[in-house]
Amino acid sequence: MSEIKYGKNLKDEVTPENLYLNRRNFIRAGIAAGSIALTTGVYRFFDLSVRPEPATTEVVPVYSPIVGPDGETANSLEEISHYNNFYEFSTSKLAVASKARDFQTRPWRISVGGLVARPMEFEVDTLAEFRPEERIYRFRCVEGWSMVIPWSGFPLSRLMEKVEPLETAKYVAFETFYDPRQMQSSFSAGIDFPYVEGLRLDEALHPLTILATGIYGRPLPNQNGAPVRLVVPWKYGFKSIKSIVKITLTSDEPPTTWNIANADEYGFYSNVNPEVDHPRWSQKSERRIGEITMRKTLPFNGYGDEVGGLYSGMDLKKYF
Amino acid sequence: MKDIKFLKVVIFLNCILPVVLLSSDAWRGQLGPNPIESYLRTTGVTVLVLLLITLSITPLRRLFGWNGLIRFRRMLGLFAFFYAAVHLVTYSVFDKSLDLTAIVSDIVQRPFIAVGMSALVLMVPLAITSTNGMVKRLGGKNWARLQRLIYPIAVLGVIHFWMIVKSDIFYPTVLGVVLVLLLVIRYIVGRMQKAKVKPTRSASITG
Repeated sequence: MSEIKYGKNLKDEVTPENLYLNRRNFIRAGIAAGSIALTTGVYRFFDLSVRPEPATTEVVPVYSPIVGPDGETANSLEEISHYNNFYEFSTSKLAVASKARDFQTRPWRISVGGLVARPMEFEVDTLAEFRPEERIYRFRCVEGWSMVIPWSGFPLSRLMEKVEPLETAKYVAFETFYDPRQMQSSFSAGIDFPYVEGLRLDEALHPLTILATGIYGRPLPNQNGAPVRLVVPWKYGFKSIKSIVKITLTSDEPPTTWNIANADEYGFYSNVNPEVDHPRWSQKSERRIGEITMRKTLPFNGYGDEVGGLYSGMDLKKYF
Repeated sequence: MKDIKFLKVVIFLNCILPVVLLSSDAWRGQLGPNPIESYLRTTGVTVLVLLLITLSITPLRRLFGWNGLIRFRRMLGLFAFFYAAVHLVTYSVFDKSLDLTAIVSDIVQRPFIAVGMSALVLMVPLAITSTNGMVKRLGGKNWARLQRLIYPIAVLGVIHFWMIVKSDIFYPTVLGVVLVLLLVIRYIVGRMQKAKVKPTRSASITG
């Protein structure tokens, strides 16, 4: 570069060094900034942690902390409504809220039939006749996390009284609404839809078992199973089936979705039990959402005094 | 490609970016209701992505002759190790409260923890011997043989991810398919080269 071979005049056309360096630095800055922007884009595309909510005109009220019967503070509505397992919408707990935003929950009818004297259909807004009340329950997911949720709901037994189960009815089967146009699940959810669940009749009639229609005194958010869902607080969360359209009383144990998907890992009963580990992870402890360390998991999720009698004489390791 | 120092800085910045974004999200409370889970998942997936990028360097050199890429491989591998270490520390502190007995019983009882921990332990000698001095001390051939541990490490890493997923196996499958492709390409190209250089039996230390 020091010699000019083809004539002296060309010397004037050589880019001055300072300009050359400037241009080089400019290109360098461009490469660095461009690559960082690209990596950030890829990161944000796959990362589901930050999902900005669409703007809403609705004013979300601020609630004073609700304290449950055992002195535990309820999780915030924000936590409860932004960490959801609802595989019909997404297999990512953080993405369900935004993907379920436009889910149509009216009109909505729940049909109750099977082995009952009086099969009935309920329009969801008439469920108010069953006098929903506030129930603050612990909620323990099979994945190892938990929350405290102030549900509004009524005992399922009140609805059962109306339809009058027959002597032969031993189980209750539940089915979730399914519409693939509204529910565009992940590419490979790995479970079959519609989602189905079931309880033994005595479990279904237990006073702790409720049909929930609200959280924090307002209607259930779509992502939490609107407009009506089951809540069975002593069982792992997946038993508490969401967005129910059908309830059927049966004489035989009904099939249940996670049991169909993997019978070794998810039993029909699925009572919260720190003594029976999931084959792949421990159930001895759980992370309460909002806390950073783990806390001990309680047998029957802390409801053993109320529900232990339902299982007396049963080998809970066999009937997990 | 001559601007090696500059490109190394660019790659360094891009490698450090995930932990910067993750930490700033955590700081601003943007990791969702279960930030520990987000931290574990993101650091874990980053390890696997970096391992796959590291493993793609040799096939890219062989297929396209981009030999300059070799200069970035050590940094990529060390960053994979860095993210694995962050992953382990997050698990040990927040999932296990630094209770060593609990961690050991987890390794014994949970196959997916055992698999992940083995991958991480296997990464330690690779990180330690990543310096130029260590290459000299071990001799190129031995060093290259030792660094081949990256294959079982990557396989164990993908299996570890596969095992923890509840039912949606999409992402572990994608990573697994890429890994298998990289290993197959490497095997085929390696055989073709072996056939070519057979008469001299010259050993390659670039593997």
